[in-house]
Amino acid sequence: MKKYILTGTLAALLTLGGLSVPALAGPEDVVVENAWSRASIGMNRPGAAYMTIRNTGDEPVTLIGLTTPLAMMPEIHETKTNAEGVSSMSPAGEIAIAPGESVALEPGGLHAMLMRLQEPMTEGDTFPLTLLFDDGGEVTVEVPILGIAARGPED
Amino acid sequence: MRRRAILGYGAAGVGAVALMLFVGWWQVDGPGGPESVRQRPVALTEMDFRLTDHEGNAVGPETLIGRPTMAFFGFTYCPDVCPTTLSDISGWLDDLGDEADEMNVVFITVDPERDTVETMAEYVGYFHPAIRGWTGPEEQIARVADGFRATYERVPTGSGDYTMNHTASVFLFAASGRFVTMIDYHEPREFAVPKIHRALEEEMEGAT
Ligand SMILES: [Cu+2]
Repeated sequence: MKKYILTGTLAALLTLGGLSVPALAGPEDVVVENAWSRASIGMNRPGAAYMTIRNTGDEPVTLIGLTTPLAMMPEIHETKTNAEGVSSMSPAGEIAIAPGESVALEPGGLHAMLMRLQEPMTEGDTFPLTLLFDDGGEVTVEVPILGIAARGPED
Repeated sequence: MRRRAILGYGAAGVGAVALMLFVGWWQVDGPGGPESVRQRPVALTEMDFRLTDHEGNAVGPETLIGRPTMAFFGFTYCPDVCPTTLSDISGWLDDLGDEADEMNVVFITVDPERDTVETMAEYVGYFHPAIRGWTGPEEQIARVADGFRATYERVPTGSGDYTMNHTASVFLFAASGRFVTMIDYHEPREFAVPKIHRALEEEMEGAT
């Protein structure tokens, strides 16, 4: 079983492979893998989505934002846990991914925070999430919605 | 905005007191990470609070005495840390099998304004059936957190919404109510089940 690996904003991890979600459009150097999210209870709570974003090209890429019809306020967030064990979340800002590197959005680290849902996230459905890059490029992925208690893309 | 800073670590805490605590902890529990300056929860027998579980039963610290306890603070509007921890806990309970039946497992909300008894009931229903959801009046939540030396703070996220920063460690107590150890959010998850066993074994030692 794949264990969670905590990352800092700039920590870039080699991807562990696995399920690959094909990018539908945009820079072909950016590959998004292992995208998943959890079902929501209703529409009042924010959702979160996770994935690995890999830059297979020769140039750095910078992720600057998100859009999705599912949520009016999607934002890349980072959860941090301090020395006293207190966890907090805040917008992660821009995320640069060096050539050949990848960034993992995973529980307890970076996540796509889906605020102001427009509809409930239902287990078994998928939704499109578009990653916006600083050069104007966009990559759209279909994110599967797993159960509320899912722990990773394989659940 | 309401703020809670139950730990008294202001500017003064960085000084000699923190150093003393740090050294003390170092000598007691051996070398560890930066969490070593943290205060330990008091024993459950020294706590005093009144809450309601997700089935409407009145509960307090005495509810937890007699069996080992695993407790965690969070809130149901939490998109990342809380569902992750509750699914981790569910996985540990699955690993423990029958032993899980010998434990109390409680999820205590730090957001009682939104987390009513009914909300807690619906939410915990998605996780391991051993997990109980506890809520109650704001001042009682503050008392529980104080006993656990846990903190929480309401943080606006724009457009009138808010999220909660909160202690995300999982606390383990022996059947006697004595604090045993905690599982920190950032520590490798495979350490968890052995730590839970430690809490279960302390119970055995206490009983013999
Ligand atoms: Cu977030």
